[in-house]
Amino acid sequence: MKKQTKKDKRQNQTFKEFDLIILRTATNYLIPLLLMASIFVMLRGHNLSGGGFVGGLIASIAFVLHSFAHSTRRTLMLFRTSPKFLIPIGLSISFLSAFLPVLKGKPFFTGLWSSEPVAVIGSIGTALFFDLGVYLVVIGVTLTILLSIKENV
Amino acid sequence: MVIFIVFVFVLSFLILWSGRAIPSKFYKLFTILPLALFFYFLYYLFELQSRGDLLLIHKWIPLLGIDLNFKLDGLSLLFSLLISGIGALIYFYASEYLKHSPYINRFFCYLGMFMGSMLGMVLSDNLITIFVFWELTSLSSFFLIGFNNEEEESRISANRAFLVTGLGGFFLLAGFMLLANVTGTYSIHEMLNSAAFIQEHNYFVLILIFIFLGAFTKSAQFPFHFWLPSAMAAPTPVSAYLHSATMVKAGIYILARFWPILHDGLYWNQMLMWVGGITMIYGAVHSIFRVDLKSILAYTTISALGIIVFLLGIGTELAVYAAVTFILIHALYKAALFLTAGIIQHAVHIRDIRKIAGLWKFMPVVAIAALVAALSGAGIPLTFGFIGKDLIYETTLQLPKWALLLTALALVTNVLVGAAGFLAGVKPFLGKLPEYEKPVEVPNFILWLPLVILSFLSILFGVLPGIADKNILKYAFQAVYQGETEIYLKLWHGFNQVFVLSLITIGFAILLFVFNRYYRDLLRNIEQLEFLSPQNIIETSALGVKRFAFFYTRLMHNGYLRNYVLVIIVFITCLVGYRFFTSIPFALEMKNISMFNFYELTLFLLMVTAIGFTLRTNSKLIAVASLGVIGFAMCLIFVLYGAPDLAMTQFSIDILTVVLFVLVLYKLPHFLTIKNKKVIGRDVLVSVCFGGLIMLIAMESLLFPADKTLSRFYAENAYVLAKGKNVVNVILVDFRGFDTMIESIVLTIAALGVYGLLKYKAVNEEAD
Repeated sequence: MKKQTKKDKRQNQTFKEFDLIILRTATNYLIPLLLMASIFVMLRGHNLSGGGFVGGLIASIAFVLHSFAHSTRRTLMLFRTSPKFLIPIGLSISFLSAFLPVLKGKPFFTGLWSSEPVAVIGSIGTALFFDLGVYLVVIGVTLTILLSIKENV
Repeated sequence: MVIFIVFVFVLSFLILWSGRAIPSKFYKLFTILPLALFFYFLYYLFELQSRGDLLLIHKWIPLLGIDLNFKLDGLSLLFSLLISGIGALIYFYASEYLKHSPYINRFFCYLGMFMGSMLGMVLSDNLITIFVFWELTSLSSFFLIGFNNEEEESRISANRAFLVTGLGGFFLLAGFMLLANVTGTYSIHEMLNSAAFIQEHNYFVLILIFIFLGAFTKSAQFPFHFWLPSAMAAPTPVSAYLHSATMVKAGIYILARFWPILHDGLYWNQMLMWVGGITMIYGAVHSIFRVDLKSILAYTTISALGIIVFLLGIGTELAVYAAVTFILIHALYKAALFLTAGIIQHAVHIRDIRKIAGLWKFMPVVAIAALVAALSGAGIPLTFGFIGKDLIYETTLQLPKWALLLTALALVTNVLVGAAGFLAGVKPFLGKLPEYEKPVEVPNFILWLPLVILSFLSILFGVLPGIADKNILKYAFQAVYQGETEIYLKLWHGFNQVFVLSLITIGFAILLFVFNRYYRDLLRNIEQLEFLSPQNIIETSALGVKRFAFFYTRLMHNGYLRNYVLVIIVFITCLVGYRFFTSIPFALEMKNISMFNFYELTLFLLMVTAIGFTLRTNSKLIAVASLGVIGFAMCLIFVLYGAPDLAMTQFSIDILTVVLFVLVLYKLPHFLTIKNKKVIGRDVLVSVCFGGLIMLIAMESLLFPADKTLSRFYAENAYVLAKGKNVVNVILVDFRGFDTMIESIVLTIAALGVYGLLKYKAVNEEAD
């Protein structure tokens, strides 16, 4: 069994070195598209199907694709530090967006909305930032789990 | 008020994140923060004197009755002033004491967090926020006690303190929940009116016991006192802060805060008098047999906390006054003595009082200030402690029964604590200087200034007690006792019993101090009784729980995924099946069931085929791929029945799951083809039962008209209230945003778990 695994690994490597040209080229075009789609899905979530959770999953799929086409190390290099730092950032954004109304004397989690709608996005409210936090947490969590499993296998 | 407390936390984290960007010498500037808070509370003190109690209302989660309401009355202001005032001194002192520590930024972050949570706790009027801040104090004190995290002793004692106070926290929460259930409100000032109702209630004793357990663990009452002496592993500024005015007084604060609500004249009094009485004697006896400077102080702290609990238990007007006064007295002199201990350790690097002597020459100012603190601790006239001692004796003498016994008890305690105070505050400065390996470091003014301020206050309030009394103690008393009083503090009571008792106390304390060297090693003889100590008993039972948990985990989490799935499904089938067959009239109606559409049939066949493939194949890759097919077919079902959001999410999750499987494919164990007929039979039985049950439930649910009120509410209000047209997403981010937030925290924990497990394994492999 062990021997076989080693052989498999070697095959894998040669496979990676020579035969991934199509995947890599495709990935280069797909990743920006996927990322834009994820942000689009997140932003439209309030009125149409979508939302931070799905958006985050789509963005993670983009990065997972990158890690397959290139290598985990290079995917990690896309982030300055590590995707796990997205988790606390996302959680803080969610929490702050929920806490903001308290500073204005309203109950925790009251939705606050800008009076003027902004171009493209529509009206901006705390719910949007909350969703942004969820989006970041989901990316961080998925990538932390998948990439650390991928690294260790 | 909210903004100030939030600001304390924010600043603390900013300090943490600044890393080493701020040089150590600038850390003393952070003293401005607690100092500003101190003056802010002083301002409120004048407001209080002119306008009475203040209630600042902030709605937080009004639907759950959780508000960030702050109540400023005498008691909360007394504690706030102590926390911010002594906090300022500790900030100042620590900036010098930890000058060379590489982690000074962490220290100041923890200290700030601790101060913020203490302030939040004493100012809150809402049970839930009190509990939240209470737990935050436990958490931040864990970090503070374990600050020297490279020493094992530090880590153990931080754990010990955290576990004991955390355990108490659970009980406190249970007590609060019961209390809120009984009264129907979380607000303390609203409960004040229903005190009689609570005391009549069946749950009253239970509430008392739960809240007491919370307070006793935090305030180190017997038998939970043992975390306090071991918490001395913390840097001295921490001990001075936590054990004089803050952490250990949190339990006292809870008792004082609930005094008007739960004080019933029977259970309350007896429980507190017993526990407080045992604690004060126990701590006092232990203190004089110690040789470690901080250990002596730790046990005298336990004893002093016992005295306060005891006084609150007696519960007469005078006793409450004495308790409130003693809180201030103890904070002043104990903080001063701890700071002295810190200076001595800083100077000679040892804490064994047998080896420290003759430091008078090097630090006369410190010696005088420490002497004052020790005198105040022993209750010598003209110090604040004298007034406290008088009040205690007056209280015990006035009791209708047991007066003599309790007075004797108080007398013994005071004698022992007084002697211990001399040991810690006077002895190190007297005598001939022994030869130390290193030259004695002379403390600079940053170290001795806070000490001098504290001792000066001890003298000032001792000579002119009216200053403390009229400005703050009177109001604190009113907040606890809920009434006016004739009592006021005075310097001189005349020659009476009380004065004689004070003289006896002082005389014996000095005697004990002088003859200390003859008896201090006696305690060694009873060390074989260690197995009877509360610490040992509690820690052994804690270990038992740990062993049980280990055994149980081994049993349930045996590492075979198929067993987990089996257990979960069998359990659900039994539970749901039992409920289904016992409580719902069983009827099947076929007319509601429509025919298959052609696309439904296609999907159905697709799924069945995929399941067949999964079951029949003996290749891992095919199994994973066909499972993926099932997942996608599921997405299509969602699409067909009008749940695009669900379908999208399911779709992405499915992709990621397949990716995950592919990643670990080569690491998976050999594909198991089960040939054993019995196992196959069992699995078939379980899955048929489960599937059949779900089918029955689905068909049964057709008979009952679905309750549409909730979905209609969401559909109607999504745009009106939350300005979103996608109801699903509006529920997620707005109506039930709290759930979403907690779920994202759960996700975070899962990710950290996976990361930790894999990193741990990787590190272990490297080590091999």
